[in-house]
Amino acid sequence: MSDLFNLTVEEHADYAIIRTEGYVNNLGGERIGEAADQLIEQGVKKLVLNFEKSNVVNSIGISILIEVIEKVVDVDGRICFCFLTKTIEKTFNIMGLTQYAEIYETEADARASLA
Amino acid sequence: MSESHLSEAKRVTRPVVNEVELIIPMLPDMEITATQTACSVAQYMKFDPDRIDEVKMALVEAIINAFEHSKSQDGKVRIKFVIADDSLTVVIQDHGKGFEINSIEKPDITQKLKAEYKRGWGLMLIENLMDTVYIESSEHGTTLVMSKNRV
Repeated sequence: MSDLFNLTVEEHADYAIIRTEGYVNNLGGERIGEAADQLIEQGVKKLVLNFEKSNVVNSIGISILIEVIEKVVDVDGRICFCFLTKTIEKTFNIMGLTQYAEIYETEADARASLA
Repeated sequence: MSESHLSEAKRVTRPVVNEVELIIPMLPDMEITATQTACSVAQYMKFDPDRIDEVKMALVEAIINAFEHSKSQDGKVRIKFVIADDSLTVVIQDHGKGFEINSIEKPDITQKLKAEYKRGWGLMLIENLMDTVYIESSEHGTTLVMSKNRV
């Protein structure tokens, strides 16, 4: 499973999109964290995380997402998630992530909110 | 079979319990294997897809807790799916060192954002995703029993 995790990064003028594919566990979370760190170091303050191809997460992976949220909050940035399954969205709500991260149905909606 | 044997057989007949049992080794991502069984059982019971997803997520959390914290000598987690008319009960059992249930603090996102240790969400998620949760833990191991109603 872990070997199947992939992500791609698409950079725009003032935001970036991270599209994930596969199980967001400790390894998947670390991959997202590394990509986000690099973008934030480059000065990117707005991130879109597209989970269209990630329909399984665990709390270890989400804990790493909390680190990413912390770093985005520290630079007064914004982080948007899109294409979450109902259960992942419910999980984010239970954990309170939605106090610090925005959730959109589609990537287009997330991008429009950042425009 | 003689008549006396038949009556003996009748006396020991117990109510049928519909269960599916699974034993998984503590190996990376083996929790996903268990969710596939959970999915099959819940589909058989005609759970709707969203409720199946919630059972799967709770099961992932219960299993990774056992993997990480039990320090089980036998390196295995036993999972039992109990099928009832209106609910699915999942029993997750390890033979590890157990833990003090009252020592678990409820995590808070605002505190976790600034804290070094950002984990500790598993039990809270299980309790919110399932309808009933019961935990028993001792130095001989931990048993978590969680149920989800079909509707």
